[in-house]
Amino acid sequence: MKRISFLVVTALFALGVAAIAQDEIKVGLYASLTGGQASYGISQNNAIQLGLEEINQAGGVLGKPLKIIVEDDRSTPGESATIVRKLIANDKVCAILGEFASSRSLEGGPICQENKIPMISPGSTNPKVTEIGDYIFRTCFMDSFQGTVMGRFALAKGYKKAAILTDEKQAYSKGLAHYFREYFTKNGGEIVKEQSYSSGDKDFRAQLTSLKAAKPDMVFVPGYYNEVALISRQARQFGLKVPFMGGDGWEGDSLLKVAGNSLDGCYFSSHFSADNQSPVVQGFIAKYKAKFGIVPDCQAALGYDTVKILADAINRAGSTNPAALRDAIAATKDFQGVTGKISLDANRNASKPAVVQTVGEGRYKFVENVEP
Amino acid sequence: MNRPKTWLLVFVALIWAASWFQGAINPYYFDILITIGINIVLGVSLNLVNGYTGQFSLGHAGFMAVGAYVSAAMTIFLCPRWLAACGGGSTAESALFLGALVAGGFGAALAGLAVGVPSLRLKGDYLAIVTLGFGEIIRVMVQNTEAVGGSRGLSIPARETGLFTTYLAAALAVYVVVSLVHSTYGRGFLMVRDDEVAAEAMGINTTKYKVMAFVVGAFFAGIAGGLYAHFKQFIHPEGFGFLRSVDIVVIVILGGMGNTPGVILAAILLTILPEGLRALAALEALPVWLRGMIQNRMILYSLLLIGLMLTRPQGLFSGGGKWLRWWKRRQA
Repeated sequence: MKRISFLVVTALFALGVAAIAQDEIKVGLYASLTGGQASYGISQNNAIQLGLEEINQAGGVLGKPLKIIVEDDRSTPGESATIVRKLIANDKVCAILGEFASSRSLEGGPICQENKIPMISPGSTNPKVTEIGDYIFRTCFMDSFQGTVMGRFALAKGYKKAAILTDEKQAYSKGLAHYFREYFTKNGGEIVKEQSYSSGDKDFRAQLTSLKAAKPDMVFVPGYYNEVALISRQARQFGLKVPFMGGDGWEGDSLLKVAGNSLDGCYFSSHFSADNQSPVVQGFIAKYKAKFGIVPDCQAALGYDTVKILADAINRAGSTNPAALRDAIAATKDFQGVTGKISLDANRNASKPAVVQTVGEGRYKFVENVEP
Repeated sequence: MNRPKTWLLVFVALIWAASWFQGAINPYYFDILITIGINIVLGVSLNLVNGYTGQFSLGHAGFMAVGAYVSAAMTIFLCPRWLAACGGGSTAESALFLGALVAGGFGAALAGLAVGVPSLRLKGDYLAIVTLGFGEIIRVMVQNTEAVGGSRGLSIPARETGLFTTYLAAALAVYVVVSLVHSTYGRGFLMVRDDEVAAEAMGINTTKYKVMAFVVGAFFAGIAGGLYAHFKQFIHPEGFGFLRSVDIVVIVILGGMGNTPGVILAAILLTILPEGLRALAALEALPVWLRGMIQNRMILYSLLLIGLMLTRPQGLFSGGGKWLRWWKRRQA
């Protein structure tokens, strides 16, 4: 039984591999298309497919069509390693577009590094990701930058006493809180209270009571949209009326649906703003809307930029040789993307601007651009 | 009773021979092969608790987490120092890896003892709740321990797990469980399962037997955790949550409670199935709508499970005994 099913599976794989035509340039993508964080994974994949279409309409890369092989990791630990091995060993991809979730980039990254296949993560903000090795890149800014940006912004707004509410389950949330705290306290602010919750929680009354008692000027909530929406609703019912601030984790399709108007006047940092009138951004939004019927979120914008950067690098490298491709990606400079002007630094991290957005009238509004 | 021992030795020798060629295996299939081995260890060990002893444990992933983190911590914090002390070398490295695995197993066994002694006086649903709670406690504890990466996860520098270690662990798990079940202890386990009150009336210390099954099960779950950590080279507390425990329970139920060969087959089938569906979805010969349907393979996977449970509630492979008897009759 063991051998028979194994043979059957092997045969299926062989068929699958043989069915892929030879004269294409193949790139792998592993994303969370189902499971807990599917909302981000799907918009990332949508935008990458949109970018891919444009690249191929413009003649592909190196005169050949670009092909992206998409694999779903179910938002589950353990799965990324398996499918990155598949993409490299079976599909023979020349580069891999990685996950937005840092934990899954940390799992897939070492395998890319070991096989010397360049990997670009569109949205993993944890500093550890690019420390894996010289084949791992990212096209987003890091937790440190975002935390600091919001610390600076809060002080500039004249807030002196901040409270922090962290998601204990997410390294992302803890990281942002850490850098916010560091900048804020060093520059004359005071953290009056810290509380935490776990993603998946539905009731935050205990934490909010304690925060309210400390009488802060503002509350920093670097969590994901599901919980942030519930937190803000419950806080307003409780009479905690000070503004909330957070990071790019706020930007999810259900944030405003669940939060209603309870987040009005709150601020968060993000990768791009739909209010930006530059033709690159407006063009992207129009095309995305036409194809998928919704306004793209920040993960979509990052995914779109990442596939464009990769195509650009393959053209500059002149071949799909991994080492040449690696050097070409590393040499990316002043790439004009939807999320701003992107350059990669010596540590393979993107240096690029962040935007601060506010919420009002049921949508996000642009406040300011923060250069790195 | 030295038949199982012969089988064990033959199998170990075969695996040892096969492991010489592991470098030639496609890395993706190799990944699946190792995952199968790890799932066999997990399924067979949980079967001792859930199947043979009739206790419903939902905390197997918790024990796996203990094993994974203990062995990973050994490899990261202690092994470099010891290697430097003894001068290094690949033999020393392998020995230390085995040491880390066994330490992970004992760590998990200890956790099993700590959970088992107070809670195995409970029965049925109550035990399920306690073990479920235990799994969550482990996960939350790891999440808040910065030394082992906390909620970011932990990277393990070296990939040590190979074909030999994985299948050696699987063979040992099967051997120990089969031998235990066929011994006096095994009679005790089965008696606890079939009628706890009667067993007690006969003077059997049911708690002792339950704790014993629990500790042995936890030990192998810990070993499996260590193997997993040293293969994937990255562990994250979310990977050892409630759903992981359920995955293992599904292996046991599908294979048939208290049916070791069935559980082994179920572990193989349930590991290959999702990957096979992945390959099927990539076939360009299939119509687009069908591929789209297969792409949502977890729905298909769940439907298959529901179908199997409706048609074969006693477990997919528990009819095997009939065939075995028929085969034996023909031999005779």
